[in-house]
Amino acid sequence: MSLTASITATAVTAADDSGFHAPGPGSFELPPVFEVAGFGVTKPMLLLVLSAVIVVWFGIATSRNASMVPGRLQYVGESAYGFIRNTIGRDNIGSEHFLKYVPYLFTLFTFILVNNYFGLIPFVQYPTMSRIGFVAPLAVISWLVFIGSGIWKHGALGYLKHATMPSGIKGPILIVLIPLEFFSNILVRPFTLSLRLFGNMFAGHLLLILFATGGAALIVSGNVFYGGVGVLAYVMGIGVSFLELLVMFLQAYVFTLLSAMYIGEALADEH
Amino acid sequence: MEGSANLIGLGLAAIGPGVGIGLIFAAFISGVARQPEAQSRLQSIAILGFVLAEALYIITLALAFVLPL
Repeated sequence: MSLTASITATAVTAADDSGFHAPGPGSFELPPVFEVAGFGVTKPMLLLVLSAVIVVWFGIATSRNASMVPGRLQYVGESAYGFIRNTIGRDNIGSEHFLKYVPYLFTLFTFILVNNYFGLIPFVQYPTMSRIGFVAPLAVISWLVFIGSGIWKHGALGYLKHATMPSGIKGPILIVLIPLEFFSNILVRPFTLSLRLFGNMFAGHLLLILFATGGAALIVSGNVFYGGVGVLAYVMGIGVSFLELLVMFLQAYVFTLLSAMYIGEALADEH
Repeated sequence: MEGSANLIGLGLAAIGPGVGIGLIFAAFISGVARQPEAQSRLQSIAILGFVLAEALYIITLALAFVLPL
């Protein structure tokens, strides 16, 4: 970590003479690509539409001409579907109701995954989910789905009791426990869901921008020693890219996993 | 020197989840070493723990940029 810190520190001192600006939240606010009736359409909006197209294409292309002996494309689609269906869906929701939720979970996973990987594809290089405006609706949909399935299973009051009253606890401790459980089980969940995905994508992309622009500023600074550190910054940037490759997958997985867990919890029987 | 004191707090806030994530995966690895057939069961629990520990840092990250100082 001290290596990273020293690179950042040198990047900041080199900033004064070479016009280097440290990346911040402003790096994510791109000018609109084109305007429709005064409404600026920006790159992340276009990428969001593109990702939807890719997901739909993937779904159709892998399931069309389905045969008993799967071809290469069908195999990819089926193993992705099987992963979501068995590892995320069945293990967390339970074998009784999980099939109804698999289409939602599969769409959620592929959609988030494609949007995250936009951050590493050359010339695209913008993880759409690093804007919280695109993440929050996904979290709200997941929230509505698990609240809705809880109400469907237990009824509105029944679900409220199921979610806020831990079984086997009686007496005055419930006065403290019920608001706490309500807060943690119902109010906080959409916030943590969206903040986690947003924060990871934001931080990862910020780190990549820092290593790329800081490294470039150090290399062109003219000083041989700064240049050496700049090359090191690029090497670190490549390392961070591989870390991001993992994190992007993990965040899509985790978002889907937590959605499935919340649904499974809402559907669970009293015990 | 320019910068925000928030970023020092951000660095300090990384310590706790860092230790926590280390402990979670240490327990996961020793669990798998003792009982390799339980890996798939342990993996989802480990990732859940990792995510919960990481959430603390991510919330700090969001606040560090949102709250001005």
